[in-house]
Amino acid sequence: MKKENLPQDKSALENMTRELCYVKNEDGKYTTGLSTGWNVKTEALNNAWEDINERVKEAALAVKNGVKSPVFYFMELRLMDLHLLKSYTGFWRINIKRHFKPSVFKNLSEKKLNIYAKAFDVSVNELKTFKG
Amino acid sequence: MQKKYTHIQSAHCENGVATGLLKYHGMDFMTEPLMFGLGSGIFYFHIPFLQINGGPAITYRGMPGGIFSQAAKLLGVKVNRKKFSNENDAYDYLNKQIQMGNPVGCQVGVFNLPYFPPEYRFHFNAHNIVVYGKENGNYLVSDPVMETVTTLSEADMLKVRFAKGPLAPRGQVYYPENVKPVSNEQLQKAISKAIKRSAFEMIKVPGPIIGVTGINYTARQIRTWRDKLGVRKAGLYLGQIVRMQEEIGTGGGGFRFLYAAFLEQASNYLSEEKLLKVSDDFTRAGDLWRTSAIQMGRIYKGRLDDQKYYNECADMLDEIAEIEKEGFTKLLKMKFDF
Repeated sequence: MKKENLPQDKSALENMTRELCYVKNEDGKYTTGLSTGWNVKTEALNNAWEDINERVKEAALAVKNGVKSPVFYFMELRLMDLHLLKSYTGFWRINIKRHFKPSVFKNLSEKKLNIYAKAFDVSVNELKTFKG
Repeated sequence: MQKKYTHIQSAHCENGVATGLLKYHGMDFMTEPLMFGLGSGIFYFHIPFLQINGGPAITYRGMPGGIFSQAAKLLGVKVNRKKFSNENDAYDYLNKQIQMGNPVGCQVGVFNLPYFPPEYRFHFNAHNIVVYGKENGNYLVSDPVMETVTTLSEADMLKVRFAKGPLAPRGQVYYPENVKPVSNEQLQKAISKAIKRSAFEMIKVPGPIIGVTGINYTARQIRTWRDKLGVRKAGLYLGQIVRMQEEIGTGGGGFRFLYAAFLEQASNYLSEEKLLKVSDDFTRAGDLWRTSAIQMGRIYKGRLDDQKYYNECADMLDEIAEIEKEGFTKLLKMKFDF
């Protein structure tokens, strides 16, 4: 890639940094250039987020309809899966799955709620009162 | 007397930390491409049965930590690495190093990294930063992907050092030890060894998923995605490839430009014209990686929807595999007198 062809599109990095890329100068030698972003990958990133937001919305709806507990919603919101939630909480996956049930969630001890709240970076109250 | 750590910006975080720390310890000649090449950073591995965010898992470079370790070995440097099971020990150790005036590399997760934009905060745990001091209770941080230095609070630092999940950093801190002057001869030897190693890894490792054959494997997968997954999911998968290949940290073109830059420098060190030709091969490969990303982009933007466009992407990947195979074969055949 030639230096003058380095894309300078708008991206989510704009308030953080420009990224360093390796490009060719006029003499055909390698040099570095700074790029503000590239639409091709911005759109890939946007698509990924659309997909995530869709999942979060569905999870909120499931909580609202009484199908799932807030644990499930916050897991999706924090881009976690069972494996990751297991490593953050230390709970077995089979237990986490049980905690997805509103009826089980209702009776969770304060201690367990605290562990979840910490993993999700929310207060216990937010966790308990999330209604979808 | 205390030296000051000089921030350097790099394309890839691990290269940047390694380059910065070695420069700090007196290796003034070190550059990011040289570090990447010496660490045999270039790679390709389509990891089957593993999914990242529900999509394909592909890496264009070696294992995290491997670049620094391998380069260090060739340069006769020891990398002192420490991981912790206990957050307090990790906290104390980092503070002690900083008090001694020793800048250190830290492996961190980016999900809770406050200076990253929210759009970039995934559970990715193999990010690397340099911590080089502390002021008013905040750590002074040199993050190599950034243009300037930044800071992290104590609480945030502990959080990112103890991120959980795949490749969990477990508070890892590392720094080079025993850095001695490197003779030109030693460096020439190191470069030729590293080149041979990369070439071997890319074309001699058996099996269909590692090295250039892995690129063909990905191409074969892409051909099936539209029918197997449906248009929406196939688009997300392609988007994931583009992100792993082009996102911040790769230097563009899935690290291929970085490797081409290394070969250009290597040709200088070894006085070997032929390496420039191979460097051009990898520039061509990098350019074609970018072109394939544009084509994939047209698909996931929904502008193109037909099997033939998926085939076109796959064809490009097959072509890249061919170019890279040629390049690495040349490298493997080359005789260096070091």
